[in-house]
Amino acid sequence: METPTLIIITLLCAAGAYILGRNRAANIAYRAGKKNALHSLPYYYGVLSALWCALPCLLIVLGWSVFDDVVVHAAIVNLLPESAQALPDSEIELMVNTVINLALYPNALISSNPPDYLVQAGRDYLRWQHLSQLSLSVVVLFSLGLAFSLSWLWIKPKVPARQQVERVFKWALLLCASIAIVTTVGIVLSVLFESLRFFQSVNVFDFIFGTHWSPQTALRIDQVGASGAFGAVPLFLGTLLISFIAMLVAVPAGLMSAIYLSEYASPRLRAAVKPMLEILAGIPSVVYGFFAALTVAPFIRDSGGMLGLDVSSESALAAGLVMGVMIIPFVSSLSDDVLKAVPQSLRDGSLGLGATQSETIKLVVIPAALPGIVSGVLLAASRAIGETMIVVMAAGLAAHLTANPLESVTTITVQIVTLLVGDQEFDSPKTLSAFALGLMLFSVTLVLNYIALYVVRQYREEYE
Amino acid sequence: MAKMTPNTVSARKHVDTMALVTRNLGKRKRAEWRFRAYGVAAILFGFACLLILFSDIIAKGHGAFFQTQVYVQVPLNAQRLQITDPSSTAQLAKANYDSVIEQGLIEDQMRINGAIGSTAADKRQLLNLISTGAVYTVEETLSDTPSLLNQTVGVWLVADDDVDNYVKSLGHSGEGISGRLSQQQQGWVDNWIAHEQVRQAFNTTFFTSGDSREPEQAGIRSALMGSLFMLLVTIGLSFPIGIAAAIYLEEYAPKNGLTDFIEVNINNLAAVPSIIFGLLGLAIFIGFFDMPRSIPLVGGLVLTLMTLPTIIISSRAAIKAVPPSIRDAAYGLGASKMQVVLHHVVPLAMPGMLTGAIIGFAQALGETAPLLMIGMVAFIVDVPDNLMDPSSALPVQIFLWADSPERAFVERTSAAIMVLLAFLITMNGLAVWLRHRLGRSHQ
Repeated sequence: METPTLIIITLLCAAGAYILGRNRAANIAYRAGKKNALHSLPYYYGVLSALWCALPCLLIVLGWSVFDDVVVHAAIVNLLPESAQALPDSEIELMVNTVINLALYPNALISSNPPDYLVQAGRDYLRWQHLSQLSLSVVVLFSLGLAFSLSWLWIKPKVPARQQVERVFKWALLLCASIAIVTTVGIVLSVLFESLRFFQSVNVFDFIFGTHWSPQTALRIDQVGASGAFGAVPLFLGTLLISFIAMLVAVPAGLMSAIYLSEYASPRLRAAVKPMLEILAGIPSVVYGFFAALTVAPFIRDSGGMLGLDVSSESALAAGLVMGVMIIPFVSSLSDDVLKAVPQSLRDGSLGLGATQSETIKLVVIPAALPGIVSGVLLAASRAIGETMIVVMAAGLAAHLTANPLESVTTITVQIVTLLVGDQEFDSPKTLSAFALGLMLFSVTLVLNYIALYVVRQYREEYE
Repeated sequence: MAKMTPNTVSARKHVDTMALVTRNLGKRKRAEWRFRAYGVAAILFGFACLLILFSDIIAKGHGAFFQTQVYVQVPLNAQRLQITDPSSTAQLAKANYDSVIEQGLIEDQMRINGAIGSTAADKRQLLNLISTGAVYTVEETLSDTPSLLNQTVGVWLVADDDVDNYVKSLGHSGEGISGRLSQQQQGWVDNWIAHEQVRQAFNTTFFTSGDSREPEQAGIRSALMGSLFMLLVTIGLSFPIGIAAAIYLEEYAPKNGLTDFIEVNINNLAAVPSIIFGLLGLAIFIGFFDMPRSIPLVGGLVLTLMTLPTIIISSRAAIKAVPPSIRDAAYGLGASKMQVVLHHVVPLAMPGMLTGAIIGFAQALGETAPLLMIGMVAFIVDVPDNLMDPSSALPVQIFLWADSPERAFVERTSAAIMVLLAFLITMNGLAVWLRHRLGRSHQ
């Protein structure tokens, strides 16, 4: 039986077990003639039976499908003649793939006639696959039956079904909550592991402090000094330049609109304007990228041309400006929250001393809210640094070491995308460098987020 | 009397302060006014950007919802078609429709013009005015009514994208943008227009077909289905898991190191750039688990991991907003922890959790960068049928088209953006409506 069928059968059995378990418990209670003859309500017994049925079988299916591939892979390798087994790992990998392809698509056109032992291995592979699936079905069906009868016998008035169900429930919740940890660990491991492989071929210091970036040259193995092409400084500077332009737009606009909305605007105006501004945050970045590349960049180039300036059509300015617009609502809603958290008594005190509203805001409210505002700005900066689509579509590909916003620069995210889009093998330094860039990006945003969250937490406690 | 004595220190100071205040008052009021104006300007700037963005995209994209069609009398000559039996699908599939279309076009221009260059190059130029997809229109006509064989039928054929551009720009500004059209081809198109053989029809191709190298045959169907499949995976996984995690953290979690660690992780993940999730998907799902590239399942898994923190955070807020008195009342009646949570807390928090989740799903629908990492940038013509079919996604399709050099793709990119934004606005509107209902129920 196929795995999906097995899963469906298991789930159906679980549903059956639920009904049977509940009815049996209800029967026991009825025969005992007392309302409190059972420890728990009948349906808990039903749920318990269903869990007993489903959980072990699903675990078996899961474990089987994870280890199935490994076992079959090892078996195929064993089938190959000794001479083939002595080959390097990558060759064996290739051969195993050929075997599987031969087995699955016997009629497919394969350029050269495969050796007989591969065809034979392919047949064996198919047989084993069949055998594996068959034994899985047997094991699952057997354990289903076992669990079914066990749980049937297990239902007794004294069994604390509710407690057991609740314990499973709690563990399931904890499992879901831990996915956040698993994800973080997964990110760190995947990025770190590939980066370490990259740093085996390229020196860490050359990567972080090198000023020349052209990963394409590393494709040629015979080239001398290929490692020199992985200097990431131009990417860091390009990222900083574009993010800086974005912050120049987003911070004043976001902060001022937050101040106006939280300090001046009537509740009705606020309720109308705030969602409108937040639309800006809801627009996907690929749309901003399109806008930046096809409308803003040509506009800046043309108007620069009229002033006699030489503006690149992939200028950092266009990408930065549009990114800034995207981040406005982010800055504004974060600052809005912290401005609202400033106690009214501070404002009243200042106004009572005769200060105008703007003086109160500038001299009392903003200093009081400053840590929160700073952390909001840091979070926005981490957004800008990690933003991908706008720069991929509107910024350049070539790494220039420049601080001129009218020239084209490239960023970390642009390079990650260009290095990883399309076909690639996992072991060339070119591909791996993308993971090293990812590690940099992850670390920088992590530090920024951590500082921001820390500042916010400290600040919140101040007024509580 | 005291007022009259100018040598009293306090009185002199008082007068000076008042004078100072009065003197500076105008300046301060102007500063106040300026500060307010900055605030208004900031908000107006935001609005202006929004307005420019939307009007730019609508202006560029509205044309794509219509396509130019040309009325041509096509002689369905059996000899030219190289078929004998019009009811046989096998024959119909192999028939030479280009030849009859070409013949129809030539006869058409002869009728209007009286003359046409007879070189092969001229014929090719003429045929190039019609989309290469027009053969399917003719095939359909013939298979619908096989009796039309050896007769001449008038059909509306989809024009090539250059003709489309030319006719549309004529309609807008009166001056046609010729693009790649030659002088001669422009003349032919002008003839058609003069004889009212050109019309703008609703562009159904755009919604019913997959990607294509020919702009006039390109559609968003496969990308839309890919996005839909991914969204299904994301909704199916991230909503239950997110809610479960939120319940654990709010209702069950003991105050210990593990809980703190989970919380810190969730807050950090919410701010990790989306492209990092793409790297995770590439290294783990594709590199380690050996899943195929470009399938909605992997895309959905990556988007699930990406939206989970958002959903957990908003669900926690919703659970927190349920008054403790409800829990106390349920406990007081003898409910167990699980009963309190499932029967009372979760139903009350559900509208809030849904709101947060929908906003998370909207984000996931518009996300592009992680999908590029896991190979969803492939050129996909076929509409995917299930979670394991290679597919594209709507935002990725926008990205791909935005890179295409043809003018007509700009129009289609903008139209695809309009479709995407329509979905997002609907989802966000739903979230706002839910929040509204929640607000009312709590009053």
